[in-house]
Amino acid sequence: MNGYLGDVAALARKDLKLELRARDTLPAMVLFVLATLVVFHFALPADAGDDASYGLLWIALVFTALLGLARAWAPEREAGALDGLVLAPSDRSAIWLGKTLATLAFLAAAELVALPAFALLFAPLDLGAVAGVALASLGICAVGSLVAAMAAAARGREVLLPLLFLPLAIPLVVGGVGASIADDPSRYLAFLGLYDAVFAILSWAAFEYVVTE
Amino acid sequence: MTESLVTTATHVIRVESLEKRYGERTVLRNVGFAVRRGETHVVTGPNGSGKTTLLRLLVGLAAPSRGTVDVSLDRARVGYVGHESLLYTELTALENLDLYGRLYRVPERRERVGMLLERFGLWEARAQRVGSFSRGMSQRLALCRALLHEPELLVLDEPYSALDADGAALLDHELAAPDRASTVVVATHEPERLDPVATGRLVLGAR
Repeated sequence: MNGYLGDVAALARKDLKLELRARDTLPAMVLFVLATLVVFHFALPADAGDDASYGLLWIALVFTALLGLARAWAPEREAGALDGLVLAPSDRSAIWLGKTLATLAFLAAAELVALPAFALLFAPLDLGAVAGVALASLGICAVGSLVAAMAAAARGREVLLPLLFLPLAIPLVVGGVGASIADDPSRYLAFLGLYDAVFAILSWAAFEYVVTE
Repeated sequence: MTESLVTTATHVIRVESLEKRYGERTVLRNVGFAVRRGETHVVTGPNGSGKTTLLRLLVGLAAPSRGTVDVSLDRARVGYVGHESLLYTELTALENLDLYGRLYRVPERRERVGMLLERFGLWEARAQRVGSFSRGMSQRLALCRALLHEPELLVLDEPYSALDADGAALLDHELAAPDRASTVVVATHEPERLDPVATGRLVLGAR
């Protein structure tokens, strides 16, 4: 594979290789989401109903994603590797797209554990809910990779990332919860798809300005 | 600080009335110089005089607050060694150079990577993670990364730092090679070391 997509694949593969080697991010995400679901299981009153539990699932997923995003640019911060990537002649948006795909892979892996655990502890998930999770994950990683890059360059990155990311994630939570509980989830899934498309394009176009002084 | 500028098509770099501020702090003020193709330009000055900032402006990692930085080459033809190695510490030397070789579209990159690792004495350490390297080995690998795509402009920020005598001699040899096609800008605290090859010098003042 050559050209732009080849660069994206090489950058995403690099992140997967780094994670396989360091195991910094994925184990933490999996343990966090499982621990959160277990705590919610005991915290939720028995008569709370399924709708409330779907809301808790989305809280767990958003904060698990936040955990992954907080680590997403850590390898680039060490030894200034981001400068090296920015100087390379490939399109700078390829850096963002590679990071988005790698983060999506980690989040999807955490969700592969979290969704069966949710079904076991709380309530079954139908196809609409699973599709909502998939679409929202795409949006979370697209927007999250951009704001995590912005936060990574700042001094108070641990505080800045949630401040930037959580307001942008609210529409995804609304769409995701809606797709999980509505009789006809198609309206919410369309909303999530639209969010993904708009914010992916915005993030793709804005990344160049985020990584240069 | 400001040289007289007579720019021609042979100029690779032309800097005019350059100013760089970070908030209230002015790091560079009214800097101007030009570098012609094939020249080796030395940038020197005390700590905090803006050498690193100037070099980051030259390679496009920072934007000027005022004035112009005109580099006639696109970034595919520029090699840069900064204060940090710009490498992934959890990847091996070989994996790092292979990644950059791919991004820079280096033809026959495996051969080129092998040749550079051999030349800079890192072939035996090629499968080691960069995080386990000494500072000097990291600096050698950073030089390999910067030279990987045979740049026409080489921008080096304190390239001798952390290099042992052998490493410094290798760099001297690289900069003095008669067949070298690159234009070079070097920021250093030891400008006399580059006297044999230097064709111009810019002295930045303390701020």
